[in-house]
Amino acid sequence: MSKKFASERRNFVIGSLAAGSTVFAGNATKATGHDDPAITELQPWASELGDGVDASPYGKPSDFEKHVIRRNVSWLTADPTSSVNFTPLHALDGTITPNGLCFERHHGGVAVVNPGKYRLMVNGLVDQNTVFDLSDLMRFPRTNRLYFLECAANSGMEWRGAQLNGCQFTHGMIHNVLYTGIKLKDILREVGLKQSSKWILAEGADSSAMTRSIPIEKAMDDCLIAFKMNGESLRPEQGYPVRLVVPGWEGNMWIKWIRRIEVGDKPWHHREETSKYTDLFEDGNARKFTWEMDAKSVITNPSPQAPVLHGRGPMVLTGVAWSGRGKISRVDVSTDGGISWNEARINGPADSKSMHRFYYEFDWNGQQLLLQSRAQDDTGYVQPTKDQLRSIRGENSIYHNNGIQTWAVDRNGITENVEVS
Amino acid sequence: MLKYLNLALIQFSLILFAHTGQSEPLGLGRAATENELKAWDIDIRPDGAGLPTGSGSVLSGEETYTENCASCHGDFGEGIDRWPELAGGFDTLDSEDPVKTIGSYWPYLSTVWDYVHRAMPFGNAQSLTDDDVYSITAYILYLNDLVEEDFELSNKNFSSISLPNEDNFFHDNRNTLENKQFVKRCMQNCKPDVKITKRAVVLDVTPDTEIETEKSVPKVEIQEETASLNPQLVKDGEKVFKKCKACHKIGAKAKHGAGPHLNNIYGRIAGSLNDYKKYSKNIINAGNNGLIWDSETLSSFIENPKKYLAGTKMNFKGIKKSADRNALLEYIKSIASSGN
Ligand code: HEC
Ligand code: HEC
Repeated sequence: MSKKFASERRNFVIGSLAAGSTVFAGNATKATGHDDPAITELQPWASELGDGVDASPYGKPSDFEKHVIRRNVSWLTADPTSSVNFTPLHALDGTITPNGLCFERHHGGVAVVNPGKYRLMVNGLVDQNTVFDLSDLMRFPRTNRLYFLECAANSGMEWRGAQLNGCQFTHGMIHNVLYTGIKLKDILREVGLKQSSKWILAEGADSSAMTRSIPIEKAMDDCLIAFKMNGESLRPEQGYPVRLVVPGWEGNMWIKWIRRIEVGDKPWHHREETSKYTDLFEDGNARKFTWEMDAKSVITNPSPQAPVLHGRGPMVLTGVAWSGRGKISRVDVSTDGGISWNEARINGPADSKSMHRFYYEFDWNGQQLLLQSRAQDDTGYVQPTKDQLRSIRGENSIYHNNGIQTWAVDRNGITENVEVS
Repeated sequence: MLKYLNLALIQFSLILFAHTGQSEPLGLGRAATENELKAWDIDIRPDGAGLPTGSGSVLSGEETYTENCASCHGDFGEGIDRWPELAGGFDTLDSEDPVKTIGSYWPYLSTVWDYVHRAMPFGNAQSLTDDDVYSITAYILYLNDLVEEDFELSNKNFSSISLPNEDNFFHDNRNTLENKQFVKRCMQNCKPDVKITKRAVVLDVTPDTEIETEKSVPKVEIQEETASLNPQLVKDGEKVFKKCKACHKIGAKAKHGAGPHLNNIYGRIAGSLNDYKKYSKNIINAGNNGLIWDSETLSSFIENPKKYLAGTKMNFKGIKKSADRNALLEYIKSIASSGN
């Protein structure tokens, strides 16, 4: 029985993967004059009773959406407790990433922190070394902000060439979430900053005791101490009960399970700002403190995991764009590999340092397409090609790959990750 | 002019306060105690700030390292499987295949002390004494040919050591180097033609989504076959198993990690998996002499591995509480029978 269950599920999953989207890929007869059994036959859901109200006290997505999950690339790292999985961008729309689909990256597994034992210590160059518990934090004024978080290594595997077939894997180390929290500057004011304070060190409570140095200007600008994501408590894998939010800056700095903030006068040069998250140039020198995430975009449909199955005619192309320096002012789309471009339509919430959704509707003539998107942010910065980046940084860089992505769509609608001249 | 400026400043601060809704301290939180600071304020800086008093030699470091670190990072810091390399890689940073290690890449020794102290050994963080960390740091310097065999590292001579790659880092210069170039937005006739130059399918390294999905399915089977197990105990045991996870995998498709996979461990002859290449001589000998894993032998081994099996490569301090061991074994039983 369980075997049969397994193989049925499997067939279904493969079927729906190939179909890209279950909802639109039904067997509806297109030809006119034929009766559609989806209409003429009585469907079970139209006759039998469904589940009652308490069948699922914490609701889950439809069973038909079970393939929409975070996935990892097991050959990337030695162990799943120090690894990464990826947001299924190809299966999402709008701008908010659902909490259960936000990609995960941790360095010592998911810390399970008891909120009753949660403490935030602020020490160093402050008037008073102070300990806050959760109930203290809840008494500071709150703020709600929508921000993207992108890992600096997002698209890192694509630096030397096209590697992974799916925007989940090439671009899925990003999520966009509405945070509720308190301003870090309110906490720093509460403990009183000394004149000499120039940097903070943020430290996590997990078994990697993750640390990053952050300049005090950023800490006093827009950083948040957040406890809710998309309205509910942070998920354990996103830092429950409290995480740091560092808008527009690389994800590694957004310390999860944050337990301590030290104020100092120099950067600490810890492992994640020396061994990691530095960009090795061709001459062997390396660039450090590259915090801001550059403007970037990617087409999420079509993409290798979401091929075109409807044939020629009206097509909706969509994708996401973001910049760590502000808002996206414009996204252009090319269907011929970058020879000519058309402006796409940005739709939905478009906050500074948050993901923007774009659409480009056109009539597909059934010929091969080379799809690209190109974002421009409100500083005037235009997303470069991968060749432009490589000509400056060489081939050994890993982080901060915001180069233009190309998908090749063949006549059958099959879509592949490629690079073009 | 000056007056105007003052006014602007006052207005600015008013706006600020109104904006945050906070004009003066709220009086929240409490003062941290000395012992609390001592427990958590563990960070070390390149100038040596934060270093505790202590010392350790290359010689004692070799022993501590071999015991606690070599199972993942290799006897010579060469890195086993995909675990990080800690030594070597000199003169590779400008090559096609740069190898970034403490010796070849890291700018500061303080980072080694700080990181090993806060995060290693993986899965048993913050278990080393300060002197252990000094000696392991000294040993890692030795593995990188940066000090002699008789070297001893202490808080006194720490700042006199610098790493070879310190001067080869520069600050973010994207603003001047890159961003000004990236402002053009061509719309028509941007290039004469276009060719595909690289394709992902050629490499074929994308995870097989079909197989990935299957993983989550067999849950049903497990429940059916293990009806006689105590589910609460299994649940508790799953938590205890976290202590083993860094080195052992269990369940469908479990692979070897630092230690062998634990599927079908009940009834296994100790040290008998042919495709696990890292067994100690002693565990293989014990198996040849008749050690078979059952509830009793497993429990004794897990209680204190080194005591039960002298010379084992399993660097794990043991689980002292028998209730925890019982739960752990119940959990292993619940999974092991369904594995490969
Ligand atoms: C169970 C395997 C394991 C053991 C045992 C272990 N490590 Fe590690 N080590 C890791 C992993 C995994 C990482 C990477 C963690 C991450 O992703 O953040 C790491 C990272 C490191 C790094 C940073 C490497 C780099 O290039 O950034 C150092 C240094 C290190 N370990 C030293 C040690 C020392 C010293 C010990 C012994 C006291 C030790 N490790 C024991 C698995 C292990
Ligand atoms: C730091 C890594 C590490 C940790 C943590 C660890 N082990 Fe091990 N384990 C090993 C290694 C390495 C071996 C091989 C021992 C040898 O060759 O002497 C091993 C061997 C074993 C064996 C014998 C397997 C065989 O094939 O004979 C068992 C059983 C076992 N471990 C159980 C556990 C359990 C249960 C835990 C958690 C409570 C645990 N281990 C924690 C590394 C580890």
